[in-house]
Amino acid sequence: MSEKVDQIFVALKHWLAGFAPAQWQPGVSALLSVAALLGAFAALFALTTLLERKGLGRMQNRYGPNRAGPFGLLQPLADGVKALTKEDVVPGGADRVMHFLAPLVLVLPVFLALAVLPVGRNMVAVDLDAGVLFFFAVGAATELAVFLAGWSSRNKYALLGAMRALAQMISYEVPLVLSALTVVMMAGSLSTVSIVDAQAGYSGWIPRWYVFTPWGLAGFVLFLIAAAAEANRSPFDLPEGESEIIAGYYIEYSGFKFALFFLGEYIGLFAASGLAITLFLGGWRAPLPGLEIVPSYLWFSAKLLALIAVFIWVRGTLPRLRMDQLMNLAWKFMLPMALLNVAAAGLWRFLPGAGWGWLVCGLLLAGGYLALGYGFRPGRWSKRGYRFAES
Amino acid sequence: MSPAFLILALLAVAGAVAAVGLRNLIHCALALAVALAAIAGVYLHLGAEFIAFAQLLVYLGAVAILILFAILLTRGSERSGSGIFSAGWGWGLGVALGLLATVAGVFVSARFPRAAAAVSAAPAGARELGTDLMTRHILALELIGLLLTAALIGAVILALHERGREAAPGEGR
Amino acid sequence: MNGVTPYLLLSAVLFATGLAGALIRRNAIIVLIGIELMLNAANLNFIAFARFGPGAEQGNGTIFVLFSIGVAAAEAAVGLALIIAVYRHFKSAQVDQPATLRG
Repeated sequence: MSEKVDQIFVALKHWLAGFAPAQWQPGVSALLSVAALLGAFAALFALTTLLERKGLGRMQNRYGPNRAGPFGLLQPLADGVKALTKEDVVPGGADRVMHFLAPLVLVLPVFLALAVLPVGRNMVAVDLDAGVLFFFAVGAATELAVFLAGWSSRNKYALLGAMRALAQMISYEVPLVLSALTVVMMAGSLSTVSIVDAQAGYSGWIPRWYVFTPWGLAGFVLFLIAAAAEANRSPFDLPEGESEIIAGYYIEYSGFKFALFFLGEYIGLFAASGLAITLFLGGWRAPLPGLEIVPSYLWFSAKLLALIAVFIWVRGTLPRLRMDQLMNLAWKFMLPMALLNVAAAGLWRFLPGAGWGWLVCGLLLAGGYLALGYGFRPGRWSKRGYRFAES
Repeated sequence: MSPAFLILALLAVAGAVAAVGLRNLIHCALALAVALAAIAGVYLHLGAEFIAFAQLLVYLGAVAILILFAILLTRGSERSGSGIFSAGWGWGLGVALGLLATVAGVFVSARFPRAAAAVSAAPAGARELGTDLMTRHILALELIGLLLTAALIGAVILALHERGREAAPGEGR
Repeated sequence: MNGVTPYLLLSAVLFATGLAGALIRRNAIIVLIGIELMLNAANLNFIAFARFGPGAEQGNGTIFVLFSIGVAAAEAAVGLALIIAVYRHFKSAQVDQPATLRG
């Protein structure tokens, strides 16, 4: 029974694709997967905007949206109608074609990145041989989109925001990829499906997820920090800091194009969280042996929602970083830690037994953390000017 | 020749021509990005999945952004009065067209040996590539690591401030 | 016109375009763009022959392109750093402007 419920979407897809002529069936099947992904993640986007505003409201001692529908549940709908009916303003000096293309170039690749995420047992749109690499490769296009948006607006704040965003995204891409690299090393595969399969089984009550190893734990934390920076989430949201450069690279966007940027940013966050789940949290696998009767896609959704909650919590808690703090964190802390983590993962492979592994890798990582953290003690990096602003 | 290849090839050529022919430098860099993405598409069409993704990651994610940064940092070098082409552009165009005619003629007339098995065989996947890199090509891998490190340090040193110069503004340039 | 020939023709056109860009434009950055295009055209040839040529199962063409992409990245970084250094010095990124090697 639970088997049937688990595979219900797969069976549904096969049943629907069965209506198409034989030679079109692969295409129709792919289209159905894409449609399901689009629908599910767009719905999740609507839900998350509401959850985020509600959660932030609670943390800041206010109610959050509560006018549209019961508990404000229809707020995303109202926001959508508002975005659609707003006037679409294009600045007079703007590069019209590029200004139009930027939101599309942002939204398209982030949806493409969803295609390699296994959201349940047998539920992946395409199982690529180099799936993890594909994820990062399409993510590269978002940087171009950000530049397009900032440059084509002909607005100094937009350009400033775009430059900040680019510097930030390039800097944090390095620890992001390096922390994912440890998992690729240990699983011995770039395919997301094989990586989830490599985390199958339990040792005692504890699942064999990579997050329950010293290098996996460090990699998970590094990955989450870098993913927040990649998605321009708070506390790394200086490219769009409202109080400094009034929304940064999408200052000149309004109406539906602004909504597209918003959508792209959130879907990018979901995709990064989904990859973190796939790499470190065992993908769609159940956390305890007895709980496998719950369908796999529900486990994936639960983990995704938990990670989103963590991101909302972080946003409500931490203040925004300064530009020099951001860069110092990326290059003087995250990058060395990620490299140490790669070394720790290599050591773990050759150490006999988990006990020795925990001792040696844990000591290595904790030592690195303490040494690097010592470099960040107050007053150490504070004397820093803006070189290009001087001359 | 499939329609997918034709579209990708047209996109690549159009992007390449725009990248070297447009007046606005930013448009040139963006056209280059389009051409490189189309070439990645051609790699996919040829079944070289890993290379296609590496191409996207390195060229779109790093090289195109680097070029855009360089264009913004050297802004103001385009003087409005002078043209975008160098003095002897006719010669350059002639050389390029002559080369194109020669090479295309050779390619069309040549007969290439075709291994019957190779056409159907899928190109090496990520695992085979990794094994190859770590065994047969380990020296080249080490060398490219060294080269990239040297390039990183060299680029940082080159782009650093010329401290002595900034201190002495009276010196003739 | 089948097999490897269309890919070779595409790569020839790309190479010629890149060469033309490197030869006729005055801006050093466009010259670099032209060089990148030429490198890509060569890579395309490698991949096409790795797919259609004899001995494809050894995967040497693919490996070579991987290294070529790495070298191109290093070249772009150093080239652009050079252009920025020259720009600081001569206040120009045109290739015909710095006609002297003196500081």
